[in-house]
Amino acid sequence: MSTTVFDIIGPIMIGPSSSHTAGAVRLGRVAWKMLEDEVAEAHIQFAGSFATTGKGHGTDRAVIAGCLGMHSWYDDVPRSMEIAKEKGIKFTFENIDLPDAHPNTAIIRLVGKSGKESTVEGASIGGGNIFVKSVNGMDVEYTGKNNTILIRHIDKPGAIAAVTNFMFYAEMNIASFRMSRKKRGGEALMMIETDNDVPDSVLNSLKILPNVINVILMKKL
Amino acid sequence: MIEYRSIAELVDLAEKDGCRISEIVLADQAEFMEKSVWELQDMMGERLAVMEDSIDKSNRSDLRSTSGLTGGDSYKMLQYYEGNEGLLGGFVDKAVARAIGVAEYNASMGKIVAAPTAGSCGIMPGCLVSMLRDRGYKRENVLMSMFTAAAIGMVINNRASLAGATGGCQAECGSAAAMTAAALTELMGGSPAQCADAAAIALKNQLGLVCDPVAGLVEIPCIKRNAQGVVTAFCAADIAMAGIRSYIPVDEVIAAMKSVGNALPETLKETAGGGLATTTTGLRLKAQVFGTKDNK
Repeated sequence: MSTTVFDIIGPIMIGPSSSHTAGAVRLGRVAWKMLEDEVAEAHIQFAGSFATTGKGHGTDRAVIAGCLGMHSWYDDVPRSMEIAKEKGIKFTFENIDLPDAHPNTAIIRLVGKSGKESTVEGASIGGGNIFVKSVNGMDVEYTGKNNTILIRHIDKPGAIAAVTNFMFYAEMNIASFRMSRKKRGGEALMMIETDNDVPDSVLNSLKILPNVINVILMKKL
Repeated sequence: MIEYRSIAELVDLAEKDGCRISEIVLADQAEFMEKSVWELQDMMGERLAVMEDSIDKSNRSDLRSTSGLTGGDSYKMLQYYEGNEGLLGGFVDKAVARAIGVAEYNASMGKIVAAPTAGSCGIMPGCLVSMLRDRGYKRENVLMSMFTAAAIGMVINNRASLAGATGGCQAECGSAAAMTAAALTELMGGSPAQCADAAAIALKNQLGLVCDPVAGLVEIPCIKRNAQGVVTAFCAADIAMAGIRSYIPVDEVIAAMKSVGNALPETLKETAGGGLATTTTGLRLKAQVFGTKDNK
């Protein structure tokens, strides 16, 4: 979607920096969404400018806020670390070197109460926009420009066809499609950007297709 | 649908229909976003409300940024004008105080509206909320003027940049001042052409302005650049309302801003590699916040 007046006068955000604060919240929130469980632990690694100036920009609080499911405009963002402590959530921060990565990169590893884990590597690329490079080790290249459906599935013939056929029947227009997998025949991830709103009925139907493990909707940012 | 690649086009469309730039933009954006004009006005109203809130929450003497480097200057400015007309007069000084406040609030992780960026978030609220509260302009007209401001920003975004990392502070505070100058002019009853001239005059005065943040944080000198942006916007609007034209048309000023931005070295484009960021005091403040390499 192209820029509107509300991208110029906007976004409404917690300051001070759309890249180091608002974008950081969004990255944390992606990790939270991927976990699909209550967060018990959050281990965050910062690289580049996130590492060197994060302290002054509240980047650490911003990421934790996202990991708690907050949006970048929530008033509680600055208090996120106190809130996390109240909930008994353990969190750690580490500055690392990632020579080829974008200057505002974070690797967020969350552990859920059930023991489930999710790891998201992404960058805050400016203006509050984010670029998620990988989820659980699989390349996604998610930008949040469109409503995005992430489908975890088993890499078997017909898995993709079943999904795209269904999208056709549901009259959902596919803006872009990307698939990535760790190894052939193993767990894989479809990333489908759509121009349309995605109702729950569509998500529920996608979940019961053959070889689909789970379906998550990442709404347009 | 309008492509927002020139302000001249917006002026032409508005003059053809005998209406304000904001009305053209509102109708166009409603069509583009597939929403009603009232929904759009509500969305802009929400932003105006957040701007007002950021002003009201930032006039405390104990406001302090996350880094501890700044805060409390809005309060000082407000105290000052209470007893003095100063040189700029109470109205402008209060607007300056408000802009400083919003910028300080931003640095303390307060909720603000990026207009067009977080670094320049104080200029528009400082000016427009002052028009609303201290000069009695109607809320619906202030709201509409924000659509004109946003349209100016859209053109700058498409033809140059709104980011300090690309164009220096001329792209952030310069753009904010230009956008606000156009809004002020419309609000005061200026013609579409006068709004364009106001934007040009504001932006011309910010050409070459560098982005050299101390310690890489959006505080020093960002907060005071927001203060100056208010004065630039008011000045440009008054000049335009006097019927004075900008010799260089606004679209060409934007092109100049782009080429100047490209000519700026990386050290002066949000890398904290030059300018104020590398002064003796600037480096000392950086060490104060982040420690030195040895004792991190």
